[in-house]
Amino acid sequence: MEDGEGEMIPATPMLPREEKIISIHGLRFTYEGGVVALRDINLDISSGEYLAIVGGNGSGKTTLAKNINGLLRPTSGEVVVGGRSLSGRTVADIARTIGYAFQNPDHQLFCSTVEEEVRFGPANLGYPEGEIVKKVRRAIEAMNLESHRKTPPLSMRLGERRRVSIASVIAMDPEVLILDEPTTGLDAQESSELLAKLRRLNEEGKTIILITHDMKLVAEHAKRVVVMSQGRVLLDSDPRGAFSDPELLRQSNLEPPPVALLAHKLSELGIPKDVISPEELVFQIMRERGGP
Amino acid sequence: MRALDLQDVRFKHRGSDHWALDGVSLQVEKGEFVTLLGSNGSGKSTICMLSNGLIPHALPGDLQGKVEIFGFDVKEHSVAEFSTKVGMVFQEPESQLFCMSVEEEVAFGPENLAVPREELRERVEWALELVGMKGYNDRSPFSLSGGQKQRVAIAAALSMRPDMLVLDEPAYALDPVGRLELYSVLRDLKERYGMTVVLAERDAEEAVAFSDRIVLMKAGRVIDSGPPRIVLREPSRLRNVGVTPPQLSEVAALLNARLMTTENSFLTVEEAERAITEKVLAWRMVKGR
Repeated sequence: MEDGEGEMIPATPMLPREEKIISIHGLRFTYEGGVVALRDINLDISSGEYLAIVGGNGSGKTTLAKNINGLLRPTSGEVVVGGRSLSGRTVADIARTIGYAFQNPDHQLFCSTVEEEVRFGPANLGYPEGEIVKKVRRAIEAMNLESHRKTPPLSMRLGERRRVSIASVIAMDPEVLILDEPTTGLDAQESSELLAKLRRLNEEGKTIILITHDMKLVAEHAKRVVVMSQGRVLLDSDPRGAFSDPELLRQSNLEPPPVALLAHKLSELGIPKDVISPEELVFQIMRERGGP
Repeated sequence: MRALDLQDVRFKHRGSDHWALDGVSLQVEKGEFVTLLGSNGSGKSTICMLSNGLIPHALPGDLQGKVEIFGFDVKEHSVAEFSTKVGMVFQEPESQLFCMSVEEEVAFGPENLAVPREELRERVEWALELVGMKGYNDRSPFSLSGGQKQRVAIAAALSMRPDMLVLDEPAYALDPVGRLELYSVLRDLKERYGMTVVLAERDAEEAVAFSDRIVLMKAGRVIDSGPPRIVLREPSRLRNVGVTPPQLSEVAALLNARLMTTENSFLTVEEAERAITEKVLAWRMVKGR
């Protein structure tokens, strides 16, 4: 094995087989009633990646996530998690490896205090009491909920409820965290606080999968982007690669952030097309000026 | 007479000890497109609900100060009375749509006003055309994409022929292409029809390009109010009130800082492209390249 993964995670990882935490082969999924949601998905995700699955409403991204956590089962094809096929495994067993935070936290919250809520998962997995207490404390700290232990989750603001739902997932100590539109309904400050916490979890080794159509969020945080459209993977690349092709993104009902569009339009001047932040763009423009 | 006139307004929901609006004065002129920009809890939704009487009539509480909608005191007139003056559109189109077809949905409001059949038909066609949904009359609203649903919700508000449209984070549940569809409809309402619009947003990326005025809010107060170019000039100030600055404002501010100028301020990608291209070409001329 290569030494330390550090920050240089390649866009399409070529790691040895045992490093793959999720492996999807020929996955198709058809909803009851005949709506085909996934058509032949092949995807490998390595341990420690920070990946965004993006696509417009109805592109299949949430269906894909639910096939990874076992809430939905493939119509055909196979999902392998931690080296073992999901076929025949229970949702509870899968939850030890794959944590899934719903888009609407209220679909998940039902206990009368934050502590009970966060405790439910590890208790349900049958960990010994000492272990449960430790996991609950770590999860509550990771989401800065120390002062809310006794608060009823449903009395909290949306941003706080979202943190409770993520804490209750973290408490099961899964290797992979899937977050479905985690910033919907949050304002700028709540979003950036949450994303800083997710980044820390990723640095500690968790695999993070964001499901989103917020392209600014993708540009700032993800190291790999899987673009979905009509149940297929349209593109699998780093964010720069994804944003440098506005036409392809539009096919998936996405739109590059304004700064990427501007860079694209300025490319005749020699500005690189794969700029993803205002700072980078201004740096490139200033190079044209030369001098100090 | 103004479309909306708020003077030193304070409002506290019944049972709450927190002022959702804490001394707001805000005037919206007829034909003006005003974007209320602020984070969660800034008070922008409260203003939306005041502007058609939902506050204080459906959501009671302690309301102080003066609120006039087209000259009518909000306390003295019912939501039903304001319904022909002010159209409302909320975050989630699903919460507003309930009919079996797009046409029924759009006809529902004026039908209840006993508008004659011929005029009803005209209103429905006019409203659907305005939001780019002509020909969708017989479709089920639930078979539509998010952007289309939200456009139907706008058409349903427009068929009442309101004098003002109020939208509370209408792009909330939409994907980026749905957002583009929505904002192009709002731009049309402004540029082709001169509609009075109050739009509440927590991200001004798209709306800055065609808003007459941005009203920056925080914790129930108006922090700033003026043309987008002025209000959005300092991205750091927006961040301080919990709002993500538009990326183009960031580019402009960074360029100004590097070039020690104050001239740059971009509201659209095209505008930024023109200004930056001119600059770069001028630099090249100077360098003789």
